[in-house]
Amino acid sequence: MFSKEKYKKLVTETAEKSPLFRDCFFAFTVGGGICAAGEGFRLWLLSVGTEEKSAGFCVTLSLILLSALLTGIGVYDRIAKVAGAGTLVPVTGFANAVVPPALDTKSEGLLVGTETKIFSVCGPVILYSTLAGGLYGLILFAVKMLGGTL
Amino acid sequence: MSICYAFVIGGLLCAAAQVLIDRTNLTPARILVLYTVLGVFLGAVGLYRPLFDLAGCGVSVPILGFGGTVATGVSEAVNGAENGFSAFLGVFISPLSAAAGGIGASLIFAFVISLLFRSKPKRMTSRRNS
Repeated sequence: MFSKEKYKKLVTETAEKSPLFRDCFFAFTVGGGICAAGEGFRLWLLSVGTEEKSAGFCVTLSLILLSALLTGIGVYDRIAKVAGAGTLVPVTGFANAVVPPALDTKSEGLLVGTETKIFSVCGPVILYSTLAGGLYGLILFAVKMLGGTL
Repeated sequence: MSICYAFVIGGLLCAAAQVLIDRTNLTPARILVLYTVLGVFLGAVGLYRPLFDLAGCGVSVPILGFGGTVATGVSEAVNGAENGFSAFLGVFISPLSAAAGGIGASLIFAFVISLLFRSKPKRMTSRRNS
């Protein structure tokens, strides 16, 4: 029997050490690049008269579509291997987390495969953002009831 | 100018997540959750908007922006409600409805993509298996 500590030790000893500086450099440049490209697109949308909210959503929408496509053809994972968190943290990473479970479980049938597993990674994100948002809403509601504003 | 800020701030957010991946045993899924909740928190304490005005997509494209959008939507729905009852209902409706665009787009595109493509064989060295 492996104790939890022994397993942890074994994992730290055998796991490949990833070079922190190099990883961070790629995460920074790729992640920053995605954000800068998005910002460039957003500024262009604003300059042709798109309203602010729609412009922001258009950027999100295009990035999600792009990363879903790149995930589908298998390119995204190759970029992600080098860029690490640089492709995880931007919203593209969210879409990239939704597509693979959908692809992998296709063979299990559409209803019990794809439609169940599609939430396996993005589910926690949706749940916790809803919980945090709901908590914030309750606080705002309580303050509003007491006659104040936040 | 905001493109430079978007690059630097967005890049820093990603690099910070990379440090978390390399130095702690937080899985990517947990980091996504952490950043989302952080975004809601930043929105709640009023820091998200100033950061967005400075760096634009540098804070809204990272998954932080998902949380920030939720916080903004909740605040608009609850504070902007005409009476206490609809404010109370807004507590339950607004978190999801604010995030609906991103979730809807991801689900729809993911489903269509899953119909069009097949799963690629996984390489053993993939770092994102968690």
